[in-house]
Amino acid sequence: MNPLRMTRWSPYIVGTLLGMLIWFTFGVAHKALGVSTNFSQAILWAEKAIVPEHAKEVPYFADYKIPTAIGWEAAIFVGLILGAFVSAQLSGDRDAEQLPELWVRRFGPSRWKAYGLAFLGGAILMYGARLAGGCTSGHGISGTLQLAVSSWAFFLSLFASGVASAFILFRKGA
Amino acid sequence: MFESWSIIGLGLFTGFVFGFLLQKGGVTKYEVIVNQFRLKDFTVLKTMLTAIVVGGIGVYALYEYELAKLSIKPAFLVANIVGGLIFGVGMVLLGLCPGTAVAALGERNRRALAGILGMLVGALIQAETYGWISGLARSVDLGSVTLPNLLGISPWAILAGLAVAALAVFVALEFWEKRPVRQGSSALPSDPSIGTGSREKVGAL
Repeated sequence: MNPLRMTRWSPYIVGTLLGMLIWFTFGVAHKALGVSTNFSQAILWAEKAIVPEHAKEVPYFADYKIPTAIGWEAAIFVGLILGAFVSAQLSGDRDAEQLPELWVRRFGPSRWKAYGLAFLGGAILMYGARLAGGCTSGHGISGTLQLAVSSWAFFLSLFASGVASAFILFRKGA
Repeated sequence: MFESWSIIGLGLFTGFVFGFLLQKGGVTKYEVIVNQFRLKDFTVLKTMLTAIVVGGIGVYALYEYELAKLSIKPAFLVANIVGGLIFGVGMVLLGLCPGTAVAALGERNRRALAGILGMLVGALIQAETYGWISGLARSVDLGSVTLPNLLGISPWAILAGLAVAALAVFVALEFWEKRPVRQGSSALPSDPSIGTGSREKVGAL
């Protein structure tokens, strides 16, 4: 069967190709791979447009060196959507259009509850990512593979906290 | 205001391959992420450890030959650790992380869209409140340091250790995942016509 039409690839194959993608970003684009900086950049641009005086007084943007020029990060954002779209189209994977089965078993079938808690989860994780200076891409892959102390500290604490949270959230089974 | 077209083109290509691989790897799925943290499905760990070992060897090779620079985020350990702890809570609730949530938009995942709107709010709150906690967040500052710098050993020794550890974890996981299913497990067939016989066999063991 044509591998492009398969729904799932082995995690070892995907991990190897992701690692090689990082060679490309470092060797050719001379950039690290990250996603969450986009979100701070979006806030910076929105504040510059709406409350420019205030934007200058927010210490975060300077402290964390949020890039003012739009380009690399935003292009990755768009590319991510297109790449996943093409992959899902090729395999006919339409799983994501329904609420996940595990979610429904634990939290019930309400769509608005699902969206509300997803919104809350997104807000919590992005607060953490921006405080730490990166997410599962920038710290979790790009940073850990460069053996950065900051990235390993982030990665290990995110994993520990995730396991603890999952056991508390799903302690009654499901 | 905008970076060069070549950087935007390279970014689009990188993002495309990244999104394609995340989708094929199944890590754009709520169940796969949440079951990793419930220690029931190790797809995320296998994918990330492989990427770290393969990527690390290549990036340090490029660095040795001066074909690439490292880009090390500063170690403000309080910010990194507290940020990681907070991130873990949100990631279990959403069942996606920023990269996989953006990719999941390409699968028409509406929960991911809600999560991304939440992420914008999280980034806003973080930027606005950071001034109050910046002193604490920056209280432990090791600079842009790597494990080889900190420990005073070669990066290749650490990468070799990581590779061996990853391989041991993978072998152990593959054995553990193929362990025989125990009696009374829901993994047994539910069809009574074929179920009874196999259940008796398991019981006899």
